[in-house]
Amino acid sequence: MSSDRVWPEYDERTQAMVDAMVEAEERALAARKAELEDCECKEGMFPSGGRTATRRSFLATSAAVAGGTTLGLAAGGAHAAAPPGAIEFPVPDDPTKIQGRLTNDDGGYGTRSQFESEVRWRFPTATKESSWTMTPLESGHGIITPSGLHFERHHGGIPNIDPARHALIIHGMVDRPMKYTMADLMRFPSVSRFHFIECSGNGLTEWKEPTLKTVQGTHGLTSTSEWTGVPLSTILAEVGVQDGAAWVLAEGADAAVMTRSVPLDKCWGDAMLAYAQNGEALRPEQGHPLRLLLPGFEGNTHIKWLRRIEVSDAPFMSREETSKYTDLLDGGKARQFSFTMEAKSVITFPSGEMKLPGAGFYEITGLAWSGRGRVKRVEVSVDGGRSWRVASLEGPIMPVCHTRFRIPWQWDGSPAILQSRCQDETGYVQPTIKQLVEARGLDGGKWGSVYHLNGIQSWGVASDGSVSNVHHYG
Amino acid sequence: MSITMGDAVARCVPRACVLAVGLGLAGGALAEGSYGGPYGFGTPATAEEIAAWDIDAMPDGRGLPPGEGGYEAGKEVYTLQCLACHGPDLGGVAGTGGAALIGGRDTLASGKPKKTVESYWPYASTLFDFTKRAMPFHTPGSMTDDDVYAVTAYILAEGNIIGKDEVMNAETLPKVVMPNADGFIPDPRPDIFNYD
Ligand code: HEC
Repeated sequence: MSSDRVWPEYDERTQAMVDAMVEAEERALAARKAELEDCECKEGMFPSGGRTATRRSFLATSAAVAGGTTLGLAAGGAHAAAPPGAIEFPVPDDPTKIQGRLTNDDGGYGTRSQFESEVRWRFPTATKESSWTMTPLESGHGIITPSGLHFERHHGGIPNIDPARHALIIHGMVDRPMKYTMADLMRFPSVSRFHFIECSGNGLTEWKEPTLKTVQGTHGLTSTSEWTGVPLSTILAEVGVQDGAAWVLAEGADAAVMTRSVPLDKCWGDAMLAYAQNGEALRPEQGHPLRLLLPGFEGNTHIKWLRRIEVSDAPFMSREETSKYTDLLDGGKARQFSFTMEAKSVITFPSGEMKLPGAGFYEITGLAWSGRGRVKRVEVSVDGGRSWRVASLEGPIMPVCHTRFRIPWQWDGSPAILQSRCQDETGYVQPTIKQLVEARGLDGGKWGSVYHLNGIQSWGVASDGSVSNVHHYG
Repeated sequence: MSITMGDAVARCVPRACVLAVGLGLAGGALAEGSYGGPYGFGTPATAEEIAAWDIDAMPDGRGLPPGEGGYEAGKEVYTLQCLACHGPDLGGVAGTGGAALIGGRDTLASGKPKKTVESYWPYASTLFDFTKRAMPFHTPGSMTDDDVYAVTAYILAEGNIIGKDEVMNAETLPKVVMPNADGFIPDPRPDIFNYD
C-alpha cells in the first residue's frame, strides 16, 4: 500500500494506521459496489438514490420469483440477510393488494427498512477492543445522527452495565463527597441540548494528501445527537467545591478505566452528565448509562460509562492527555489540553465515490459545526476556491451543533472542484489544510500531530460525473 | 430501565449544610441557568467507597499507594505479563496493539519523532497510573501495587531514566524527572487568523 506513494512516509505506526484505514474503506466500498452490480441506475448518484433502488429492485425480483403464493410473508427468511438494524421481509409486487405486517409484531421496538443499509465501518486496529468506527455522513439527512450510526472510539471495548447497579461518586476538593445512583441523578432538574461530538483524530489521514475516498472516511468521526442529562454545575453546587479547586478528573467504568482532566470552568459552564441520547437511554457504545458531555471539547474528554469525578487543584496527567491527544509541533514541543474543536465544514453531497448522472441541477449540501458556538456563515465554491457563494443554513442554528447547509448548483458538465468553508460566531473562518500544516509544522500530521485537522475539504468532479477526494488550493 | 424514587427525600442532606455551597463557588458562574437547589439527592460517599475507585496517581505523588518494587522484580513481571505484546526489548509487537515503550529520545524535533514513554511522556506517575488501571490489556486491573511499582521501575530503567538499583515507591516515583518533562506547552489556538 505504501510502496506506490510518492509523498514522504509517515512514521511506522501512523503509516500502519493509514494503510489499515485505506483498506477498511476499500472493503466497505467493495461491499457497496457488489450490492450495486445489478442496478440499472449504476450511473446514478451513488450512494443516495442508487443503493436504495438497487436493493429494492433486486428484492422485488426475488420476491416475485419466490412468492407466487399471495400470503408468502414467511418466505422472507429465504432472502438475502437484512442489513444491520433491519429485518428482512418479503416485498409484495403491489402493497395495496395485500395486508401489511401486524401491528406491534416487532415486540414494540421498531427497526429500520431492509432497504436502508448504511453502516459505520471500523478502523481495523490490532484489537477490536481499542478501535473506532466512522459515521456514514454521506447518507445522512438533516443534522441528527441516528444513535446506531454515531461514531465510536473505545479503548477497552464496550462494557455492559446494569444501570440499577451503576453509581457516580464525586469527591476530592468538595465539602460533601457524594454517591449518586442513576435514580438519584434523574431526580435533578434536567436539560436537553443538541450537540455534536467530534474526535480530534477526525481526518487524521488527510493532512498531507487526499487518502480516504469517502466523506465517511475523511470526516466520519463527528456525530450529532440530542443529549439529556443534569448540568454538571448542579452537582458541583450540591457537593460544594472548595477554594483552590481548578480541575476535575472524569473516569469511566470500562476496561480502560478511561480518564481525562477537565478545567473546572468548563464544568461550571455547559458540561452535562448525560443519560439520554435522541430521546432514549444512551446507547452502550455511547456510555450507557451515563457519560460526560463537554460541548465543543474533543470527543475523548466526553468520558463514557462515567463512574467517578474527582475535584482537584491540578490536572492529573493521565495517559490520554500526555501520550495521546497532544499535538507535537515543529521544534519538538507539543500542545497539551488542546480541547476545542474549531470551526469546520464539509460537503456531504456530492462527495467522494459518488457519480453524478450528467450535467444539470444539483443541490449541494453538507454540514458545518464549531466547538466555539454557532455557525454564522457557510460559503461554497465550485471552482476550487476562486469564487464563493453563501449557502443557506437550515434553522434552528444551535451552538456547538451540526448545521445543515444547502446551495443550488447548475453543473455544466465540465470538471469542477467543490469546497465549503464556514465561519463561526467568533468570526473565525475555517482555514485551508495548507495553512494548518504551515502553522503547526512537522509535515502536518505526517510526523507531528494527527489531531485537530479542520481544514477545507475539496471534492473533484470529473467530466464523467465521478467525484473524488482531492487537495486543491485556488 | 426502571427508576424507583426510593427514599431519596429522607436522605436529603441538612439544608443548613447545603447552603454553605454558595461560598464554595469560587467565582464560577452557573451558565446553565440558575441552580435551584439544594436538592439533597444521593448519599454521602463513604471513605471505603471512594477508596475502592480512587486509583489515580498524580505527578506530585498524590494518590500513589503504599508498596514498592525494583528492577529485578519488574523484569519478572514484565516477562510474564507484558512481553507478549510490548516485546522482549520493549520495542512493541506489531499486531498486538502493544506499542514500543522505550527509545526515540531526542527525536521529537528531528522531523521523524518516535513517541514512547522514554522519549515523550512528561511524568513517571502516568506510567504507574496507566499500567495499574488498564494493563495488562487482557486482564486489566489485576496487578498488585508492588508489581506495578516494579514493572514501572523496570521500564524506566530500560529507558535509562533511572538506575537499575533504584526502587520505585510513593516517595521516589514523583522525583523521577522524565526526559521530555519540559516538552509540553499550552494550547494557543486559534492559530489561524482568517477573521473578516
Ligand atoms: C495483550 C496485549 C498486551 C499486554 C499483555 C500488555 N499490553 Fe500494554 N498495551 C496493549 C495495547 C493494545 C495498548 C494500547 C491501548 C489503547 O489503545 O488504549 C497498550 C498500551 C500500553 C501503554 C501505553 C503506551 C503509549 O505509548 O501510550 C503502556 C505504558 C503499556 N501498555 C504498558 C504495559 C505493561 C507495563 C504491561 C505489563 C504489565 C502491558 N502493557 C501488557 C497491549 C498489551
